[in-house]
Amino acid sequence: MQIYLPIAEMPVDMFVILGIGAAVGFISGMFGIGGGFLLTPALIFLGIPPAVVVATQAPQIAASSLTSTLAAWRKNAVDLKLAGVLLVAGLIGTQLGVMFFNAMSKIGQLDTVIAVSYVALLGTIGLLMLVESVRSVLAIGRVKSGARKHEESWHAKLPWKMRFERSGLTISVLPLGALALAVGFAGAVLGIGGGFIMVPALIYLFRVPTLIVVGTSSLQILFTMLAATILHAVTDRGVDLFLGSILMVGSVFGAQFGARAGAQMRGEYFRLLLALLIFSVALRFGLDLVAPPIDPFTATVTETHR
Amino acid sequence: MRRLLAALFCLCVLPPLAQAEMLVAAMSRSRIDITSNFTGAELAVFGSVERDAATIARASGYDVVVTVRGPRGAVTVREKERVGPFWLNTDSRKYIATPSFVAVLSNRPLAEIAAAELRDKLRIGVDTLVTAQGARSKAIDEEEPDFRRALIRIRRDQGLFSDRDDAVSFLTPTLFKATLFVPGAAPLGPYDVDLALFADGAQLAKTTLSFRVIKSGSEEAVAAYARTNPFFYGLAAAAIALLVGWLASVVFRRD
Repeated sequence: MQIYLPIAEMPVDMFVILGIGAAVGFISGMFGIGGGFLLTPALIFLGIPPAVVVATQAPQIAASSLTSTLAAWRKNAVDLKLAGVLLVAGLIGTQLGVMFFNAMSKIGQLDTVIAVSYVALLGTIGLLMLVESVRSVLAIGRVKSGARKHEESWHAKLPWKMRFERSGLTISVLPLGALALAVGFAGAVLGIGGGFIMVPALIYLFRVPTLIVVGTSSLQILFTMLAATILHAVTDRGVDLFLGSILMVGSVFGAQFGARAGAQMRGEYFRLLLALLIFSVALRFGLDLVAPPIDPFTATVTETHR
Repeated sequence: MRRLLAALFCLCVLPPLAQAEMLVAAMSRSRIDITSNFTGAELAVFGSVERDAATIARASGYDVVVTVRGPRGAVTVREKERVGPFWLNTDSRKYIATPSFVAVLSNRPLAEIAAAELRDKLRIGVDTLVTAQGARSKAIDEEEPDFRRALIRIRRDQGLFSDRDDAVSFLTPTLFKATLFVPGAAPLGPYDVDLALFADGAQLAKTTLSFRVIKSGSEEAVAAYARTNPFFYGLAAAAIALLVGWLASVVFRRD
């Protein structure tokens, strides 16, 4: 069934969009991430203008983050104070990201910026996770070689320390803010929630308990993406309500089944699969940058007289 | 002086309204409304060749070329080149006032209707409609035709530029019909429909029609609101996101 998108100004097959939403939702529910890093390339491949894709992802990610936040809230797994700190920095990052996005879009380097950032971000995170998960998969069945020794944390000397009761830690606001700023920026530029950066960073760098990380990062992403929705609507006007609504419906359904499938999987295999997924997306974008393009020419409409 | 004489001569010899043939045409609709299930629309152009009493019928018959042009806009064509290990956008050309949609419909191949020089002069044919504007840029354009060719190729692949030499059919020797398909991805705005009548390789008459492609119904309502009240539109999008997210968590609650 074809439906005409009012902002993208083109017809798309509604069931294809629903299917993409459901598939990405399945993966996102399974791994507890937004899934924007898969949705963006899929929608651009369908011929939807990149500006519309990135802007429309914001409300879609907001919808799925609210579902995860509510689930975590019921388990009392949300650190409001930590989420607040991440949020303030994240909002600044989002605003900077939207400005950067519009500037690059004008210069014509947007596709390069998106490709390079994807490769750098996903490649680094995917590789780190791959190494870690292969090690733990190999270690299955072996006896644990004792608890990790307590080391002086790298951010212990930074000023402006803050106590986060729910997460049970006292850390400086500076590295937390820098992380949230970077995630907010990447979210606005790449149309991703940034969960796949935020979650491992909070776990590995700041040693926040895993359960609380998922709930807190969902809440932070929820607010960041709500703000991004409004900022995109006001600045580049790319938010397509029709496209967004179809995606949301598809992805919340997919996410439920994904969450069930994910819960039944062994942790080590789970992380290995996620690492492979992230790494293969990075590889695909990397190839795009390096391989000779099928058509070296692209045409962009820069102004229309109506 | 010689020019003045020539003008006087013309005035005396040729009757007023000098054309021997006239083209009269009308379209099946002057507006294409885009609703949420729009996937394209067909449009028919009917025309008749009107001859005055003094004109004798032409043995070779008539040819008609219908050129449909969508709203114009500036297009930037970029070329990716190898920079170290990467392929990056390096060079670009800007084409101002380029039609976003072109369909050239005729009753037989353009090459058989008129010579290439005449087609260039009259701007008949897809390739003649995309040119860099102004003398200086025209020189650049001719030096590097790659960008122009690439633009035409890309638009053809998107189905936005097309030519069909079987889209015009003569119902009688002087009455013809042209069918135009406006695809779902057709840009919104005003479209010009230029009709040109040819016989024996020369243009005899021409006329222009127009139609508009506009959003209507919910499409227009949503787009207009996004344009006029972007902040509240953004708020509405955020509210829908919250509603869907909340509904999902209620519907699928497992505890």
